[in-house]
Amino acid sequence: MRTHVLPLAMLLALVGCSSDPGGGGGGAPGVTDTEIVVGTHMPLTGPASAGYSQIAPATKAYFDFVNAAGGVHGRKITLKVKDDGYNPANTQQVVRELVLQDRVFAILNGLGTPTHTGVLDFLNSQRVPDLFVASGSRSWDQPGKYPGTFGFNPDYTVEGKILGWYVQRNLPGKKVCFLGQDDDFGRDSLAGVTRVLGDAGVAVKQTYTTSVTNVGPQVDAFKSGACEVVVLATVPGFTALTIGTAARQGFRPQWIVSNVGGDYGTLSKSLGDAAPLLEGMLGANYLPAAAAASDPWVRLFQRINTQFNAGAPFDGNTIYGMSVGYLFVQVLQAAGRDLTRESLIEAVEKGGYTGPGLGPLRFSADDHSGYGGLRMTRVTGTVQDYFGPTYETDSEAGPVTEYPVAPPAPPANGVPAA
Amino acid sequence: MRRYAATLGAAGALLGLTYLLPAFQNYQLATVAAYLCATAGLTVLTGQCGQLSLGHGALMATGAYTVALMQSAVGSLPLSLAAGVAVTTAAGAVIGLAAARLRGPYLAGVTLAVAVVVPGITTMFDDVLGGDQGRTFYLAPPPFGYDFPFERWQAWIALTAALLTMLLLGNLTASRYGRAFRAVRDDEVAARLCGIHVARTQILAFVVSAAAAGLGGGVLAVLALSVSPGAFSLTLSLFLVMAIVVGGLGSLAGAVWGAILLVALPDLTARVTEVFALPPALAQRLEGNLPLAVFGITLIVVMILAPGGIQGLVRRARSLLPPVPSVNRGR
Repeated sequence: MRTHVLPLAMLLALVGCSSDPGGGGGGAPGVTDTEIVVGTHMPLTGPASAGYSQIAPATKAYFDFVNAAGGVHGRKITLKVKDDGYNPANTQQVVRELVLQDRVFAILNGLGTPTHTGVLDFLNSQRVPDLFVASGSRSWDQPGKYPGTFGFNPDYTVEGKILGWYVQRNLPGKKVCFLGQDDDFGRDSLAGVTRVLGDAGVAVKQTYTTSVTNVGPQVDAFKSGACEVVVLATVPGFTALTIGTAARQGFRPQWIVSNVGGDYGTLSKSLGDAAPLLEGMLGANYLPAAAAASDPWVRLFQRINTQFNAGAPFDGNTIYGMSVGYLFVQVLQAAGRDLTRESLIEAVEKGGYTGPGLGPLRFSADDHSGYGGLRMTRVTGTVQDYFGPTYETDSEAGPVTEYPVAPPAPPANGVPAA
Repeated sequence: MRRYAATLGAAGALLGLTYLLPAFQNYQLATVAAYLCATAGLTVLTGQCGQLSLGHGALMATGAYTVALMQSAVGSLPLSLAAGVAVTTAAGAVIGLAAARLRGPYLAGVTLAVAVVVPGITTMFDDVLGGDQGRTFYLAPPPFGYDFPFERWQAWIALTAALLTMLLLGNLTASRYGRAFRAVRDDEVAARLCGIHVARTQILAFVVSAAAAGLGGGVLAVLALSVSPGAFSLTLSLFLVMAIVVGGLGSLAGAVWGAILLVALPDLTARVTEVFALPPALAQRLEGNLPLAVFGITLIVVMILAPGGIQGLVRRARSLLPPVPSVNRGR
C-alpha cells in the first residue's frame, strides 16, 4: 500500500505548484487597465477545420489592427484560441481551461453547434458572457435560460426558410432533397426548409455525422430518388465531400448550400482540380462577398489582412472573423470605460448595431439571435457573388420579406467610434 | 488493515488538497481520478491477469452514457453511478465470456472491435443517445449551497470513486483471486495444474476491470456534465493501454502514474507549443496531433530506458536509498 502513497504525494507536489494567474487589477476577470483577455474554441484540426481554422486568426488580426490604433478605452484586446477539433468532449476541456485557468473576460465566437451546445450550462453557471457564437443554432437565443449567450449567424431555420422560399419561386416543380448534419444544425435547417415547402416538399432527407467521412450511401439515396435540387446543411469539408462523391457517381443536381458550408474559396481549395464542379452552386450569405473588390468593407478587411494576418488567403472565413471582431469592438465601445461582465451584456442588449452584414442585427433584451437576413449567392465562372434582394424572416411561421436597408460604409479609420 | 489506513490517509490529504487548489486544477485532479478508475481496472486485467484489452474506452463510454441517461430519468447521482457500474459489469461479462476463449492478438482484435463499434452505436440510436452532439444532463448543485465551488464538489465525487476503486482492487489483488490472476498470467498450464479454473479467473478479471472502467466513464461524464462519442474514441482506448504501460505495468501505483500522464501530457505539450512562438500554420497543425506524438515518443523512450515504467524507476530509486526499517517490510 505504501507504494500507492508515493505517486499520490508526487501528484500533490505536481499540481500544487501549478501557477494561478489570478484576476488582475480590474473589477472583472480578464480585464485590467491595459488589457482585455477573451477566449474562443475553434476546430483548428479535425473534420471541420477546413476553412474554419482561418476564422480566429482573422478576428485576431482585426484586434491587432484596433490595438495598433490605441485599443478600446486604452485597453488592448487579446484573443486566446483553443483547438477543440470539433469534438464536444475537447470543447468541455478547453472552455474550462479558458474560464477557470486563463480567466478570460468572455468567450467570443466559440464555433460549432454540437461543440458549443455542451458548454452552454457551464458558461451560464460561471456567468461568463458568451458572445456571438459561430453557429446558427436556435439554442443561443434563449435569454431566459442563457442570459449571457448571443448568436451571430442568422439562425439555420431562418436560412432554411429563405432557401426554401427561393426554391419554391425559382425552381418550381423540381424534386427537392436535403442533406443535413446529424445535430441541431441539420435539424434546424431542415425545419426551415419544410416550413416553406411542407414536409412532403422534401422528397429524400439524409443526415451525416462528422465522424464518418463517407457520404456515398446518402448520395446514392439522392440519385435513386431522382433528386433535382439538393439543399446541403453541411460544414465545408462535407460540402466538398458530397459534391465530389456525387460527381464520381455521375450525379449533378442543383446544389444549394448553407452559408456555413458554402464559401467558394474554402470549397475550391478542398476540391482542388475538381473545383469546376462548384459552377452554378447556389447559396445564401449575409456578409460581403470576398470577390466584391469594390466593397469598402472588403477593401478595409483586405488591408488589415495584408498588414496583420501575414497576407493569409482572403476568403469568406477572413471576412467572417473580422466582422465578428468589428462587432465585438463596437460592443466594447458601447459598454464604456467601466467594463464589467454586466455592462458588456447590457451593451449588447441595447442593440442598434450595424456593420458589414446585409441583414438586420437583432439584439435586444428578449432577442439574442444575431443576424436576421440573408441574400442569395451564385458561383459563376469561379466567382461567388450575390444576386437579387436581401431577405429577412423569423424562425417561426412569419413571412419571408425583402430587407431594403444597405449596410453603412465603414468608419474612415476602420475602428468603430465610442 | 494497513490498506485501509493508507486509503484514509490519502483521502485526508486529497481533501486538504481540494481546498488549496484553484478551480481548474481541481477539475484536472478530478479528471485524473476518473481516469485512475479505468487505468487501475486495466492494470488488474492486463498487468496482473495478462489479458490485453483495447476496448476499455468503449467500456468507459458504456458507463458514461448510462449515467447520462439515468441522470436525465431519475436524477440521483449515487443511483446513476451504480447503474453505470452495473450496466458496464454486464457488458464486461459478455465480452469476458468471449475473451476467455481467445488469446493474445485475437483478444486484442475483439476488444478493438468493441472500441470501434460502441461510438457508432451513439449515431445509430441518435434520438436517445444524441449522435455526435451527445447528451447533456443536469447535476444537482453541491449540498453545501450554491457558493460552494462546483469543481471542488466534482473533485470529491471523482476522488471518492477513485479511492474506492483503488481500495477494492488492492484488496482483490492481495487476495487468493489476485494470486490466481498472476498464476494465470505467468503460466496457464501450471495454474491449471494447481487447480485454478483459468477461464473463470480470466472472466472475473475482465468483469472487475470492466466495472472499474464503467465507474471511471460515469465519473468522466459527471465532470463534463455531458457525454459524446468523441470523448470515448479508439484513441482513448489506446491511450489507456499506453498509460498503464508507461506508468508501470502490473502494480496499481503504475495506474496512478498513468492516470496523471493522461491529463498532464496533453496539457504540457500545449504549454510547450505556446512557449515556442511557432508560425501560426505550423502551430495549428501541431496543436491537435502533438499530444499523440508526445505520448508515443514517451512510450518508446520509457520502454527503452525503464521497461518497468515510471513505477519501476521509483522502485529502483528507492532501492538505492538506505532501507527504512519498519516500513520496508512489504508483502
